Amino acid sequence: MRLLTHNMLSSNIKGVINGFPLGIVVEKVIEKPVEMNPDFLKNMFAKIEWKALVDASRSMGYTELPEQADSSMLDSVDFLQRFHHALLELHLEEGALVCPETGRKFPVNKGIPNMLLHEDEV
Amino acid sequence: MASRPEIQAPPEIFYNDVEARKYTSSSRIIEIQAKLSERAMELLALPDDGVPRLLLDIGCGSGLSGETLSENGHNWIGLDISPSMLDIALEREAEGDLLLGDMGQGLGLRPGVIDGAISISAVQWLCNADKSSHEPRLRLKAFFGSLYRCLARGARAVFQVYPESIAQRELILSSAMRAGFAGGVVVDYPHSSKSRKEYLVLSCGPPSVSSAVPSGKGEDGESASDDSSGDEDNRTVSISDRHRPKKKQKLNKRGKGREWVLRKKDQMRRKGNAVPPDSKYTARKRKSRF
Ligand SMILES: C[S@@+](CC[C@H](N)C(=O)[O-])C[C@H]1O[C@@H](n2cnc3c(N)ncnc32)[C@H](O)[C@@H]1O
Repeated sequence: MRLLTHNMLSSNIKGVINGFPLGIVVEKVIEKPVEMNPDFLKNMFAKIEWKALVDASRSMGYTELPEQADSSMLDSVDFLQRFHHALLELHLEEGALVCPETGRKFPVNKGIPNMLLHEDEV
Repeated sequence: MASRPEIQAPPEIFYNDVEARKYTSSSRIIEIQAKLSERAMELLALPDDGVPRLLLDIGCGSGLSGETLSENGHNWIGLDISPSMLDIALEREAEGDLLLGDMGQGLGLRPGVIDGAISISAVQWLCNADKSSHEPRLRLKAFFGSLYRCLARGARAVFQVYPESIAQRELILSSAMRAGFAGGVVVDYPHSSKSRKEYLVLSCGPPSVSSAVPSGKGEDGESASDDSSGDEDNRTVSISDRHRPKKKQKLNKRGKGREWVLRKKDQMRRKGNAVPPDSKYTARKRKSRF
Protein backbone atom coordinates (compact mmCIF):
# COMPACT_ATOMS: atom_id res chain seq x y z
CA MET A 1 0.00 0.00 0.00
CA ARG A 2 1.28 3.39 -1.03
CA LEU A 3 0.82 6.54 1.01
CA LEU A 4 -1.45 7.82 -1.76
CA THR A 5 -3.95 5.21 -0.63
CA HIS A 6 -3.24 5.80 3.04
CA ASN A 7 -4.07 9.46 2.51
CA MET A 8 -7.51 8.53 1.17
CA LEU A 9 -8.42 5.76 3.63
CA SER A 10 -10.46 6.38 6.69
CA SER A 11 -11.85 4.04 9.32
CA ASN A 12 -15.52 3.31 8.71
CA ILE A 13 -16.23 1.38 11.86
CA LYS A 14 -19.78 2.05 13.01
CA GLY A 15 -19.93 5.01 15.39
CA VAL A 16 -16.50 6.39 14.50
CA ILE A 17 -16.79 10.09 13.70
CA ASN A 18 -13.30 10.99 12.64
CA GLY A 19 -11.59 7.95 11.15
CA PHE A 20 -8.75 9.89 9.50
CA PRO A 21 -5.84 9.55 9.39
CA LEU A 22 -5.22 5.93 10.19
CA GLY A 23 -2.14 5.36 12.30
CA ILE A 24 0.63 3.26 10.78
CA VAL A 25 2.44 0.39 12.48
CA VAL A 26 5.48 -0.40 10.39
CA GLU A 27 7.02 -3.84 10.23
CA LYS A 28 8.37 -3.67 6.72
CA VAL A 29 8.59 -0.92 4.13
CA ILE A 30 9.59 -1.53 0.54
CA GLU A 31 10.30 0.84 -2.31
CA LYS A 32 9.18 0.46 -5.88
CA PRO A 33 10.39 3.00 -8.41
CA VAL A 34 7.77 4.51 -10.69
CA GLU A 35 8.07 7.28 -13.20
CA MET A 36 7.09 10.70 -11.98
CA ASN A 37 4.10 12.37 -13.60
CA PRO A 38 4.02 16.07 -12.63
CA ASP A 39 0.47 16.48 -13.99
CA PHE A 40 -0.81 13.77 -11.70
CA LEU A 41 0.96 15.27 -8.70
CA LYS A 42 -0.35 18.75 -9.44
CA ASN A 43 -3.85 17.42 -9.83
CA MET A 44 -3.67 15.35 -6.63
CA PHE A 45 -2.07 18.00 -4.49
CA ALA A 46 -5.34 19.78 -3.69
CA LYS A 47 -6.83 16.54 -2.41
CA ILE A 48 -3.92 15.51 -0.22
CA GLU A 49 -4.08 16.04 3.53
CA TRP A 50 -0.52 17.27 3.81
CA LYS A 51 0.09 16.77 7.49
CA ALA A 52 -1.13 13.19 7.29
CA LEU A 53 1.28 12.57 4.41
CA VAL A 54 4.21 14.11 6.27
CA ASP A 55 3.49 12.07 9.40
CA ALA A 56 2.91 8.87 7.45
CA SER A 57 6.13 9.26 5.46
CA ARG A 58 8.06 9.88 8.69
CA SER A 59 6.69 6.73 10.22
CA MET A 60 7.90 4.95 7.08
CA GLY A 61 11.39 6.40 7.58
CA TYR A 62 11.26 9.18 4.98
CA THR A 63 11.87 12.62 6.41
CA GLU A 64 12.40 14.79 3.34
CA LEU A 65 8.92 16.31 3.05
CA PRO A 66 8.52 19.91 4.19
CA GLU A 67 6.30 20.39 7.23
CA GLN A 68 4.04 22.69 5.25
CA ALA A 69 3.28 22.87 1.56
CA ASP A 70 1.28 25.11 -0.73
CA SER A 71 0.53 24.92 -4.41
CA SER A 72 3.27 27.40 -5.36
CA MET A 73 5.80 24.70 -4.46
CA LEU A 74 4.53 22.55 -7.31
CA ASP A 75 6.79 24.55 -9.63
CA SER A 76 9.85 23.12 -7.95
CA VAL A 77 11.16 19.88 -9.41
CA ASP A 78 12.89 19.11 -6.15
CA PHE A 79 9.59 19.39 -4.28
CA LEU A 80 7.78 17.30 -6.88
CA GLN A 81 10.38 14.55 -6.57
CA ARG A 82 10.00 14.35 -2.81
CA PHE A 83 6.22 14.46 -3.06
CA HIS A 84 6.31 11.75 -5.73
CA HIS A 85 8.59 9.52 -3.70
CA ALA A 86 6.50 9.80 -0.54
CA LEU A 87 3.18 9.39 -2.30
CA LEU A 88 3.91 6.66 -4.84
CA GLU A 89 7.19 4.86 -4.19
CA LEU A 90 7.05 3.92 -0.51
CA HIS A 91 4.94 0.87 0.24
CA LEU A 92 3.83 -0.43 3.60
CA GLU A 93 4.48 -4.12 3.01
CA GLU A 94 3.86 -5.54 6.50
CA GLY A 95 2.35 -3.87 9.54
CA ALA A 96 -1.03 -2.42 10.40
CA LEU A 97 -3.28 0.58 10.06
CA VAL A 98 -4.86 1.85 13.26
CA CYS A 99 -8.25 3.50 13.68
CA PRO A 100 -7.53 6.87 15.35
CA GLU A 101 -10.68 6.72 17.48
CA THR A 102 -10.96 3.12 18.58
CA GLY A 103 -7.39 1.88 18.23
CA ARG A 104 -8.68 -1.08 16.20
CA LYS A 105 -5.89 -2.50 14.03
CA PHE A 106 -6.31 -3.37 10.38
CA PRO A 107 -3.47 -5.76 9.57
CA VAL A 108 -1.40 -5.22 6.42
CA ASN A 109 0.07 -8.36 4.85
CA LYS A 110 1.96 -8.56 1.57
CA GLY A 111 1.09 -4.90 1.09
CA ILE A 112 -2.67 -5.47 1.36
CA PRO A 113 -4.57 -3.84 4.23
CA ASN A 114 -7.35 -6.03 5.56
CA MET A 115 -10.21 -3.55 5.94
CA LEU A 116 -12.90 -6.17 6.56
CA LEU A 117 -15.07 -5.19 9.52
CA HIS A 118 -16.35 -7.56 12.17
CA GLU A 119 -20.10 -7.92 12.24
CA ASP A 120 -20.48 -5.70 15.29
CA GLU A 121 -18.49 -2.93 13.59
CA VAL A 122 -20.86 -2.56 10.62
CA MET B 1 -23.31 -23.49 -18.83
CA ALA B 2 -22.70 -23.80 -15.10
CA SER B 3 -25.14 -22.02 -12.85
CA ARG B 4 -24.41 -18.46 -11.80
CA PRO B 5 -21.42 -18.29 -9.41
CA GLU B 6 -23.40 -15.87 -7.22
CA ILE B 7 -25.83 -18.57 -6.18
CA GLN B 8 -23.20 -21.23 -5.54
CA ALA B 9 -21.30 -19.72 -2.61
CA PRO B 10 -20.31 -16.38 -1.07
CA PRO B 11 -17.66 -14.61 -3.20
CA GLU B 12 -14.77 -15.13 -0.79
CA ILE B 13 -15.56 -18.86 -0.79
CA PHE B 14 -16.39 -19.22 -4.47
CA TYR B 15 -13.19 -17.41 -5.51
CA ASN B 16 -10.83 -19.71 -3.62
CA ASP B 17 -7.24 -20.40 -4.70
CA VAL B 18 -8.28 -22.91 -7.35
CA GLU B 19 -11.09 -20.86 -8.84
CA ALA B 20 -9.05 -17.62 -8.73
CA ARG B 21 -6.25 -19.24 -10.71
CA LYS B 22 -8.65 -20.87 -13.15
CA TYR B 23 -10.36 -17.52 -13.69
CA THR B 24 -7.14 -15.67 -14.37
CA SER B 25 -5.55 -18.36 -16.57
CA SER B 26 -8.39 -18.40 -19.06
CA SER B 27 -7.43 -16.34 -22.09
CA ARG B 28 -11.14 -16.12 -22.93
CA ILE B 29 -11.92 -14.52 -19.56
CA ILE B 30 -8.92 -12.20 -19.77
CA GLU B 31 -10.12 -10.99 -23.13
CA ILE B 32 -13.74 -10.54 -22.08
CA GLN B 33 -12.80 -8.66 -18.89
CA ALA B 34 -10.44 -6.40 -20.85
CA LYS B 35 -13.21 -5.56 -23.33
CA LEU B 36 -15.73 -4.85 -20.58
CA SER B 37 -13.20 -2.66 -18.79
CA GLU B 38 -12.37 -0.74 -21.97
CA ARG B 39 -16.03 -0.02 -22.51
CA ALA B 40 -16.44 1.02 -18.87
CA MET B 41 -13.50 3.43 -19.26
CA GLU B 42 -15.16 4.88 -22.32
CA LEU B 43 -18.44 5.38 -20.44
CA LEU B 44 -16.53 6.94 -17.55
CA ALA B 45 -15.81 9.79 -19.96
CA LEU B 46 -12.85 11.24 -18.09
CA PRO B 47 -11.57 14.56 -19.40
CA ASP B 48 -9.31 13.98 -22.37
CA ASP B 49 -6.46 16.10 -21.05
CA GLY B 50 -3.73 13.53 -20.58
CA VAL B 51 -3.74 13.86 -16.78
CA PRO B 52 -3.74 10.53 -14.92
CA ARG B 53 -6.62 10.27 -12.46
CA LEU B 54 -7.15 8.41 -9.18
CA LEU B 55 -9.77 5.73 -9.83
CA LEU B 56 -11.41 2.92 -7.88
CA ASP B 57 -11.86 -0.62 -9.10
CA ILE B 58 -14.57 -2.23 -6.99
CA GLY B 59 -14.42 -6.01 -6.92
CA CYS B 60 -11.03 -5.78 -8.63
CA GLY B 61 -10.37 -9.50 -8.30
CA SER B 62 -7.07 -10.62 -9.79
CA GLY B 63 -6.50 -7.24 -11.38
CA LEU B 64 -7.73 -7.91 -14.91
CA SER B 65 -9.98 -4.84 -14.99
CA GLY B 66 -7.31 -2.76 -13.24
CA GLU B 67 -4.86 -3.57 -16.00
CA THR B 68 -7.05 -1.58 -18.36
CA LEU B 69 -6.94 1.37 -15.96
CA SER B 70 -3.13 1.16 -15.82
CA GLU B 71 -2.88 0.84 -19.58
CA ASN B 72 -4.81 4.07 -19.85
CA GLY B 73 -2.25 5.67 -17.57
CA HIS B 74 -4.36 6.03 -14.40
CA ASN B 75 -3.64 5.31 -10.76
CA TRP B 76 -6.14 3.09 -9.02
CA ILE B 77 -7.17 1.51 -5.76
CA GLY B 78 -8.78 -1.91 -5.98
CA LEU B 79 -11.08 -3.48 -3.41
CA ASP B 80 -11.98 -7.15 -3.26
CA ILE B 81 -13.36 -9.57 -0.72
CA SER B 82 -11.47 -12.63 -1.99
CA PRO B 83 -7.93 -13.05 -0.63
CA SER B 84 -7.21 -15.66 -3.32
CA MET B 85 -8.09 -13.25 -6.11
CA LEU B 86 -5.93 -10.55 -4.52
CA ASP B 87 -3.02 -13.00 -4.24
CA ILE B 88 -3.12 -13.49 -7.97
CA ALA B 89 -3.29 -9.73 -8.47
CA LEU B 90 -0.05 -9.51 -6.46
CA GLU B 91 1.50 -12.26 -8.52
CA ARG B 92 0.61 -10.36 -11.69
CA GLU B 93 2.13 -7.21 -10.16
CA ALA B 94 -1.05 -5.18 -10.43
CA GLU B 95 -0.04 -1.53 -10.44
CA GLY B 96 -2.91 -0.33 -8.27
CA ASP B 97 -3.03 -0.60 -4.49
CA LEU B 98 -5.14 -3.49 -3.27
CA LEU B 99 -7.49 -3.59 -0.31
CA LEU B 100 -9.16 -6.61 1.21
CA GLY B 101 -12.66 -5.41 1.94
CA ASP B 102 -16.37 -5.93 1.50
CA MET B 103 -18.13 -3.30 -0.58
CA GLY B 104 -21.35 -4.14 1.25
CA GLN B 105 -19.81 -2.74 4.43
CA GLY B 106 -19.29 0.62 2.73
CA LEU B 107 -16.02 2.13 1.50
CA GLY B 108 -13.80 3.77 4.10
CA LEU B 109 -12.56 6.66 1.96
CA ARG B 110 -12.40 10.39 2.56
CA PRO B 111 -15.10 12.55 0.92
CA GLY B 112 -14.64 13.87 -2.60
CA VAL B 113 -11.19 12.43 -3.33
CA ILE B 114 -11.84 9.86 -6.05
CA ASP B 115 -12.02 10.90 -9.72
CA GLY B 116 -14.05 7.94 -10.97
CA ALA B 117 -14.94 4.33 -10.25
CA ILE B 118 -15.45 1.21 -12.27
CA SER B 119 -16.70 -2.19 -11.25
CA ILE B 120 -16.65 -5.10 -13.66
CA SER B 121 -18.85 -8.15 -13.12
CA ALA B 122 -19.06 -7.68 -9.35
CA VAL B 123 -21.95 -5.60 -8.01
CA GLN B 124 -24.62 -8.27 -8.62
CA TRP B 125 -22.96 -10.19 -5.78
CA LEU B 126 -24.41 -7.64 -3.37
CA CYS B 127 -27.93 -8.80 -4.11
CA ASN B 128 -27.33 -12.07 -2.25
CA ALA B 129 -27.68 -12.56 1.46
CA ASP B 130 -24.70 -14.81 2.21
CA LYS B 131 -24.93 -14.52 5.95
CA SER B 132 -27.87 -14.23 8.29
CA SER B 133 -26.70 -10.71 9.06
CA HIS B 134 -26.81 -9.74 5.38
CA GLU B 135 -29.67 -7.61 4.18
CA PRO B 136 -29.05 -6.82 0.49
CA ARG B 137 -30.93 -3.53 0.63
CA LEU B 138 -28.83 -2.29 3.53
CA ARG B 139 -25.59 -3.49 1.95
CA LEU B 140 -26.42 -1.77 -1.33
CA LYS B 141 -27.29 1.36 0.61
CA ALA B 142 -24.00 1.31 2.54
CA PHE B 143 -22.09 0.71 -0.68
CA PHE B 144 -23.69 3.38 -2.87
CA GLY B 145 -23.85 5.91 -0.04
CA SER B 146 -20.14 5.60 0.70
CA LEU B 147 -19.25 5.58 -2.99
CA TYR B 148 -21.23 8.77 -3.55
CA ARG B 149 -19.40 10.48 -0.71
CA CYS B 150 -15.89 9.57 -1.78
CA LEU B 151 -16.35 10.60 -5.42
CA ALA B 152 -15.46 14.12 -6.50
CA ARG B 153 -18.45 16.19 -7.62
CA GLY B 154 -19.22 15.50 -11.25
CA ALA B 155 -17.32 12.19 -11.19
CA ARG B 156 -18.82 9.09 -12.70
CA ALA B 157 -19.07 5.48 -11.66
CA VAL B 158 -19.59 2.76 -14.26
CA PHE B 159 -20.59 -0.74 -13.27
CA GLN B 160 -20.82 -3.60 -15.68
CA VAL B 161 -23.30 -5.95 -14.01
CA TYR B 162 -24.94 -9.30 -14.58
CA PRO B 163 -28.27 -8.89 -12.81
CA GLU B 164 -30.13 -12.16 -12.40
CA SER B 165 -33.52 -10.61 -13.08
CA ILE B 166 -35.31 -7.38 -13.80
CA ALA B 167 -36.05 -7.10 -10.09
CA GLN B 168 -32.35 -7.29 -9.30
CA ARG B 169 -31.49 -4.60 -11.81
CA GLU B 170 -34.22 -2.41 -10.32
CA LEU B 171 -32.93 -3.03 -6.81
CA ILE B 172 -29.38 -2.01 -7.76
CA LEU B 173 -30.47 1.02 -9.74
CA SER B 174 -32.92 2.32 -7.13
CA SER B 175 -30.28 1.96 -4.40
CA ALA B 176 -27.92 4.07 -6.49
CA MET B 177 -30.55 6.74 -7.12
CA ARG B 178 -31.46 6.89 -3.46
CA ALA B 179 -27.81 7.54 -2.63
CA GLY B 180 -27.99 10.63 -4.84
CA PHE B 181 -26.58 9.34 -8.13
CA ALA B 182 -28.07 10.36 -11.45
CA GLY B 183 -27.86 8.10 -14.48
CA GLY B 184 -29.21 4.85 -15.75
CA VAL B 185 -28.51 1.63 -17.57
CA VAL B 186 -26.69 1.38 -20.89
CA VAL B 187 -27.27 -1.87 -22.75
CA ASP B 188 -24.84 -2.85 -25.49
CA TYR B 189 -26.10 -5.27 -28.13
CA PRO B 190 -29.50 -5.70 -26.47
CA HIS B 191 -30.69 -8.05 -29.21
CA SER B 192 -27.86 -10.51 -28.95
CA SER B 193 -28.10 -13.06 -26.17
CA LYS B 194 -24.34 -13.62 -26.43
CA SER B 195 -22.96 -10.09 -26.68
CA ARG B 196 -25.59 -8.34 -24.56
CA LYS B 197 -23.89 -6.39 -21.76
CA GLU B 198 -25.31 -4.03 -19.17
CA TYR B 199 -23.60 -1.02 -17.65
CA LEU B 200 -24.87 1.20 -14.91
CA VAL B 201 -23.61 4.69 -15.68
CA LEU B 202 -23.90 6.90 -12.62
CA SER B 203 -22.85 10.43 -12.00
CA CYS B 204 -22.34 12.25 -8.83
CA GLY B 205 -23.70 15.69 -8.19
CA PRO B 206 -26.59 17.68 -9.62
CA PRO B 207 -28.02 16.33 -12.88
CA SER B 208 -26.52 18.06 -15.89
CA VAL B 209 -26.17 17.43 -19.56
CA SER B 210 -23.10 15.33 -18.89
CA SER B 211 -25.14 13.03 -16.65
CA ALA B 212 -27.40 12.08 -19.57
CA VAL B 213 -27.09 8.36 -20.09
CA PRO B 214 -25.20 7.50 -23.27
CA SER B 215 -26.84 5.03 -25.60
CA GLY B 216 -25.72 1.45 -25.96
CA LYS B 217 -23.87 -0.10 -28.83
CA GLY B 218 -25.79 -2.04 -31.45
CA GLU B 219 -29.18 -0.89 -30.24
CA ASP B 220 -30.67 -1.22 -33.71
CA GLY B 221 -30.03 -4.91 -33.49
CA GLU B 222 -27.57 -4.82 -36.36
CA SER B 223 -24.17 -6.43 -36.27
CA ALA B 224 -22.16 -6.41 -33.07
CA SER B 225 -19.61 -4.09 -34.61
CA ASP B 226 -22.25 -1.46 -35.29
CA ASP B 227 -21.73 1.48 -33.00
CA SER B 228 -24.80 3.65 -32.64
CA SER B 229 -23.38 5.56 -29.69
CA GLY B 230 -21.11 7.72 -31.82
CA ASP B 231 -23.29 10.82 -31.95
CA GLU B 232 -24.18 10.77 -28.30
CA ASP B 233 -20.55 10.32 -27.28
CA ASN B 234 -19.44 13.19 -29.41
CA ARG B 235 -22.07 15.43 -27.96
CA THR B 236 -21.05 14.64 -24.40
CA VAL B 237 -17.39 15.09 -25.16
CA SER B 238 -17.83 18.40 -26.90
CA ILE B 239 -19.62 19.79 -23.86
CA SER B 240 -16.85 18.89 -21.45
CA ASP B 241 -14.47 20.19 -24.08
CA ARG B 242 -15.16 23.75 -23.07
CA HIS B 243 -13.81 23.19 -19.62
CA ARG B 244 -10.58 21.65 -20.55
CA PRO B 245 -7.27 23.23 -21.40
CA LYS B 246 -6.48 23.64 -25.05
CA LYS B 247 -3.35 21.58 -24.91
CA LYS B 248 -4.21 17.99 -25.71
CA GLN B 249 -1.72 15.52 -24.58
CA LYS B 250 -2.04 11.78 -24.77
CA LEU B 251 -1.59 9.59 -21.77
CA ASN B 252 0.96 6.93 -21.69
CA LYS B 253 3.51 8.31 -24.08
CA ARG B 254 5.52 5.14 -24.23
CA GLY B 255 7.30 6.06 -20.97
CA LYS B 256 10.78 5.05 -20.00
CA GLY B 257 9.74 1.44 -19.82
CA ARG B 258 11.10 -1.73 -18.30
CA GLU B 259 14.79 -0.91 -18.71
CA TRP B 260 14.38 2.24 -16.66
CA VAL B 261 12.44 0.49 -13.91
CA LEU B 262 14.95 -2.34 -13.63
CA ARG B 263 17.86 0.12 -13.45
CA LYS B 264 16.07 2.27 -10.88
CA LYS B 265 15.27 -0.79 -8.78
CA ASP B 266 18.93 -1.74 -8.87
CA GLN B 267 19.98 1.72 -7.71
CA MET B 268 17.53 1.53 -4.83
CA ARG B 269 18.79 -1.93 -3.87
CA ARG B 270 22.35 -0.64 -3.83
CA LYS B 271 21.26 2.11 -1.47
CA GLY B 272 20.22 -0.72 0.82
CA ASN B 273 16.48 -0.30 0.38
CA ALA B 274 14.08 -3.20 0.35
CA VAL B 275 12.99 -3.59 -3.27
CA PRO B 276 10.89 -6.47 -4.60
CA PRO B 277 12.51 -8.94 -7.03
CA ASP B 278 12.00 -8.56 -10.78
CA SER B 279 9.67 -10.85 -12.70
CA LYS B 280 8.13 -11.13 -16.14
CA TYR B 281 5.35 -8.81 -14.96
CA THR B 282 7.70 -6.03 -13.86
CA ALA B 283 6.93 -2.93 -15.92
CA ARG B 284 5.57 -5.13 -18.67
CA LYS B 285 4.92 -3.50 -21.98
CA ARG B 286 1.66 -1.66 -22.17
CA LYS B 287 -0.40 -1.83 -25.26
CA SER B 288 0.20 1.36 -27.16
CA ARG B 289 -3.29 2.55 -27.70
CA PHE B 290 -2.86 5.95 -29.26
C1 LIG C 1 -16.16 -11.95 -11.83
S1 LIG C 1 -14.97 -11.29 -10.69
C2 LIG C 1 -14.42 -9.84 -11.57
C3 LIG C 1 -13.04 -9.38 -11.15
C4 LIG C 1 -12.45 -8.24 -11.94
N1 LIG C 1 -13.26 -7.02 -11.82
C5 LIG C 1 -12.30 -8.61 -13.40
O1 LIG C 1 -12.83 -7.89 -14.25
O2 LIG C 1 -11.65 -9.60 -13.70
C6 LIG C 1 -15.98 -10.63 -9.40
C7 LIG C 1 -15.20 -10.16 -8.18
O3 LIG C 1 -16.07 -9.49 -7.29
C8 LIG C 1 -15.62 -9.74 -5.97
N2 LIG C 1 -16.67 -9.46 -4.99
C9 LIG C 1 -17.86 -10.07 -4.86
N3 LIG C 1 -18.55 -9.57 -3.82
C10 LIG C 1 -17.75 -8.61 -3.26
C11 LIG C 1 -17.90 -7.73 -2.15
N4 LIG C 1 -18.98 -7.77 -1.39
N5 LIG C 1 -16.91 -6.86 -1.89
C12 LIG C 1 -15.79 -6.82 -2.66
N6 LIG C 1 -15.60 -7.63 -3.71
C13 LIG C 1 -16.57 -8.52 -4.02
C14 LIG C 1 -15.24 -11.21 -6.03
O4 LIG C 1 -14.40 -11.58 -4.98
C15 LIG C 1 -14.56 -11.29 -7.40
O5 LIG C 1 -13.17 -11.10 -7.33
